[in-house]
Amino acid sequence: MTTTRRELLTGALTTAVVTPGMGRTEERGDHDHDHQGVPSDTALRVKSLESLLIEKGLVDAAALDVVIDAYEHKIGPRNGARVIARAWVDPAYRQRLLTDANAAIAELGYSGAQGEHMVVVENTARVHNLVVCTLCSCYPWPVLGLPPVWYKSAPYRSRAVIDPRGVLREFGLELPEEVEVRVWDSTAEIRYLVLPERPNGTEGLSEQALAARVTRDAMIGVARAT
Amino acid sequence: MNGVHDMGGMQDMGPVEPEKNEPVFHERWEARLFAVVRAVGAWRKWNIDVSRFQRELIPPAEYLSMSYYERWLAGLIDLMIKTNLVTRAEIDSGKPAPGAPQSVPPLTADKVLAAIARGAPANRDVPAVAHFAAGQQVRARNMNPVTHTRLPRYARGKSGTVVRDYGVFVFPDTNAVFRGENPQHLYSVRFSARELWGDQAARHDTVYVDLWDAYLEPA
Repeated sequence: MTTTRRELLTGALTTAVVTPGMGRTEERGDHDHDHQGVPSDTALRVKSLESLLIEKGLVDAAALDVVIDAYEHKIGPRNGARVIARAWVDPAYRQRLLTDANAAIAELGYSGAQGEHMVVVENTARVHNLVVCTLCSCYPWPVLGLPPVWYKSAPYRSRAVIDPRGVLREFGLELPEEVEVRVWDSTAEIRYLVLPERPNGTEGLSEQALAARVTRDAMIGVARAT
Repeated sequence: MNGVHDMGGMQDMGPVEPEKNEPVFHERWEARLFAVVRAVGAWRKWNIDVSRFQRELIPPAEYLSMSYYERWLAGLIDLMIKTNLVTRAEIDSGKPAPGAPQSVPPLTADKVLAAIARGAPANRDVPAVAHFAAGQQVRARNMNPVTHTRLPRYARGKSGTVVRDYGVFVFPDTNAVFRGENPQHLYSVRFSARELWGDQAARHDTVYVDLWDAYLEPA
């Protein structure tokens, strides 16, 4: 119990971490400083690490390509949008989704890493749901893909629980006092997906057209489907 | 551990800044690192709780100034050295030590999609006593472990209502320090926002937190 955090760290930070603060700039998409020029120190370190691990036979280079392709092209918020659109047009599916989300989501072919234990929470005229992970950045990958930077950021993680209405206002969503804002802090391995309210005037739309109206932000709960 | 990663309820961190048309990865190294972390994880030298704890050990000032993937990089290197997958000298040189054994990667390209689709469920089919039940009033314990916990500070000592028993799940506090899975019931607990934050919170608002049996006591 006397072990300090410094002792627990093996010291790898000194080699792993480059310029503190650099990542922040990158995260905000403000990275025009190194696009054409010299690769960043971190980029070089990752490259060196990857080649070391491949040379030692610890990782398979082709496997890395498949992982990246899956998360860049197959696993993303379009998956979740299909789930939501199905729930909007099919009351029996909606019921299954709310009672056994894993099974209902698997019906559309989505499952797995960081979505092993799914729960879907439904927005109504009286309840608005909002999902956060205050301790790290837990997020339902199979249906939403990898989280956006703002979801992983200190401002969102800190304020979503204490000032959800302020956060929603910054996203342009002002909710009346009588609506219950229900914040879900993903502290365990349960992953939450918001079922937004179906927008008015969409009665005639096909399931596919409805899916196009479902945004990632609506499924996190920082926006409405419009 | 009462670290800076436990951010719920902190103020003055600045505005939330969404980025329009955000790419999945902002730099290629982020994509490569993400994939490396998944691939090295297939060695099963550690578990998700260990890797979360490792990132929590990053000193606070550095934690706050690092990007998400910079934290992943720091945590990965620390864990690979701790578990003897690589040595510090190998990390520094980028080359295997002379005479280092050649391994065979457990995650090959043909296995990736199945591994992703399967995931790593955290529930366990073992008997465990449920000390609480839906509808019951509970209080989150006032506890301050110096190691990993998933009981956020803002909920400690606060009273709420169990709304659902999710079943038996791996307990992160022990799993994160290689002291076993210690599976126990996990509950969804509802706290009123006013219980957590006082009168400044909106009257009807609530915060739902997933809490293990050992985090709770009867209210």
